Amino acid sequence: MNHDETAERMAPDELDYLRVERGLWSWLTTTDHKRVGILFLISTTIALFLGGMYAMLLRAELVQPARDLFDAAQYNRIFTLHGVIMVFLFMIPAIPSGFGNFLLPIMIGAKDVAFPRLNLASWYIYLFGAVWIFVSLFGGGIDTGWTFYTPYSTTSPSAVLPATIGVFIVGFASITTGLNLIVTVHTMRTKGMRWHDMPLFVWSIYATSVIQILATPVLAMAILLVAVDKALTIGIFDPAVGGDPVLFQHLFWFYSHPAVYIMILPAMAVISEIVCTFSRKNPASYRAIAYSSIGIAFTGFLAWGHHMFVAGIATIDAAIFGVLSMFVALFSAIKVFTWVATLYRGSIRFDTPLFYFFGFLFLFVFGGMTGVAVATQSLDVHWHDTYFVVAHFHFIMVGGTISAFLGALHYWLPKMFGRMYNEKAGFFGATAVFIGFFLTFFPQFLLGNAGMPRRYYSYPEQYQPLNMLSTGGAWLLGIAILFSVVNLLVALKWGRKASANPWNSRGYEWTTRSPPPKHNFVGTPVFNRGCYEYALNEDEADARVTTR
Amino acid sequence: MRASPLAEHFADLRTQRHALQFGMWLFLVTEVLMFGALFVLWATYYQNHAVDFRAAAQHNSLWRGSLNTYILVTSSFTAGIAVWAVQHDRSKLAMKLLGATFALGVIFLVIKATEYAGHFEHGIFPGRHYRFEELMTQGAVLFFSIYFVLTGLHVVHLLIGLGVLLWMMRNLRRRRFTAEYHAGLELGTMYWSLVDIIWLVIWPLLYLVR
Repeated sequence: MNHDETAERMAPDELDYLRVERGLWSWLTTTDHKRVGILFLISTTIALFLGGMYAMLLRAELVQPARDLFDAAQYNRIFTLHGVIMVFLFMIPAIPSGFGNFLLPIMIGAKDVAFPRLNLASWYIYLFGAVWIFVSLFGGGIDTGWTFYTPYSTTSPSAVLPATIGVFIVGFASITTGLNLIVTVHTMRTKGMRWHDMPLFVWSIYATSVIQILATPVLAMAILLVAVDKALTIGIFDPAVGGDPVLFQHLFWFYSHPAVYIMILPAMAVISEIVCTFSRKNPASYRAIAYSSIGIAFTGFLAWGHHMFVAGIATIDAAIFGVLSMFVALFSAIKVFTWVATLYRGSIRFDTPLFYFFGFLFLFVFGGMTGVAVATQSLDVHWHDTYFVVAHFHFIMVGGTISAFLGALHYWLPKMFGRMYNEKAGFFGATAVFIGFFLTFFPQFLLGNAGMPRRYYSYPEQYQPLNMLSTGGAWLLGIAILFSVVNLLVALKWGRKASANPWNSRGYEWTTRSPPPKHNFVGTPVFNRGCYEYALNEDEADARVTTR
Repeated sequence: MRASPLAEHFADLRTQRHALQFGMWLFLVTEVLMFGALFVLWATYYQNHAVDFRAAAQHNSLWRGSLNTYILVTSSFTAGIAVWAVQHDRSKLAMKLLGATFALGVIFLVIKATEYAGHFEHGIFPGRHYRFEELMTQGAVLFFSIYFVLTGLHVVHLLIGLGVLLWMMRNLRRRRFTAEYHAGLELGTMYWSLVDIIWLVIWPLLYLVR
């Protein structure tokens, strides 16, 4: 294979981005998008484990029906912190600010993002927001649920003020990443690269970025009002002074529904790349996947009222929101069918990233279909605030996004660090994650349908067997994720050195060295072939990638 | 010879300028959405408390609000002409115009301060601290809560804008803006225009609805 030669041609004679400067200070002051991406990956993975720890605590409480470890007040704080840390410190930033930052410029043949210093700033903004959330944590935490519903959030004695300030600040990290990546895609594509030449990963990250800049400011305002109200007791959502607490819900969910698409679109970005590489095929329909990303972003803004079916909104409004919510499923389904069609008659390579895709496929479809189910107002009246909804969104967020996140870590580890992980351990981890996940969350569909409410620390006796199963599954899931991440960390130090393109992918990021040099390529790369063009033979495919 | 303002990751100055302007437009969109949420808040509460809102707005100083509108619009004008001046190599004029913009912004703040003082004198405070005897309806309390949040946030943005103006004047003095390339100036004045435009929505919502 000529891949290493191609990589040398595209980026000769330079130290890679990891070795060109060394020491902590060079990392803390970096403007290299690759290093910023890695900084985000480290921070968000730490957040994943912290949020996961809270999950293990609450699952431990739920093994037995009665109160054993925590009382109601403590339990409320545990699930709230689980939600806040997971949503704002992991799910939103992990793939866009981690992998998006690292890969997007390379995939479009650029030297960096449009605003490298702003990129570094976005990491510090994230950290600053995280600090405020920790201040809240050490101040006793919050018990409002991650949704901060008023009037409880503005009157709760818990540490709401630092938590809301933290969420407000972290939102700006999200906005700046989105802004940076949008401008990068518009202005820094390499010579000859039109929109329809871009890798599908870029389309999905672009759609994510659009949601980030349009939706997050509304959350900023909603959460700022809660913070101001808590600090100055203004009462803007307080019924006693004429305020409307449901108005908070509208403002909150106007962001938080599109937010879930910020969480899934980057996962879909990863999946598109993995599917094509591991079936050695171009996508069954490039436009279907590209445009459906935009479709998801657009329709995602129309659906927020489905979180408020029982909040007192008019039945007709609820029905409209329900129907609009289902449109998103159309676009998600288009992607799922296109990915599967891509696999068909492909030359399948069974490695860990593909196993994460298989897990994703099954779990995301399950989660998505139950999403259509809860979008049906008449059914949601029964399921709202039960474990059915909890299972639905965890199927998507964990079964979907976290599977893709782990798959991405395995897929791009060789590119990022020039090392290959142990494949057997990777396979074992992927399987354990899937089994652990299913055992944790499938019982929750049954529990919710049987009527078990969410956010309760105790429950009637008859729910115990399924709860025990769920907690057992959670232990397996936690250990499996830890195991997989440790496998990757081991590879960083002791893994086999990876070649430029160990997966034999036609993706553009694989045409440069592993790890890439500081400016990704030398000069301006010119890609005279598509990034999924497997019909060409190896030599021809390599020859068509040049630099000037 | 002065170093080129071209950053190493951009292909050329034209692309750099285009990217910076596009980035600023996107940022302004986020600001509009953020204030937009507050406008939605106003509109929703107005629906239920129209009469009270109108009555409460009577106690806002119409002449001060309108004068402030005039001041901000003029300041946007002076900022815009400053860009024209730099494009035509008239840096001294540009400096005077930016100075005028800054001064107008400060005058706005002074007038705002007198407004707030007037309100506090009457016992008009946000939310639960409200104690204006003459008008004690729920709608009035809500109106003034929104008034203080909206104008308070606007003042924060105006203060940032003043900082941006100082930064631009400093760069202008150090000859960082040339007729060929002055993207920083364009971006800063765009931000100032946003401060003006937000006020143009605040003014009718809080002063003209009476």
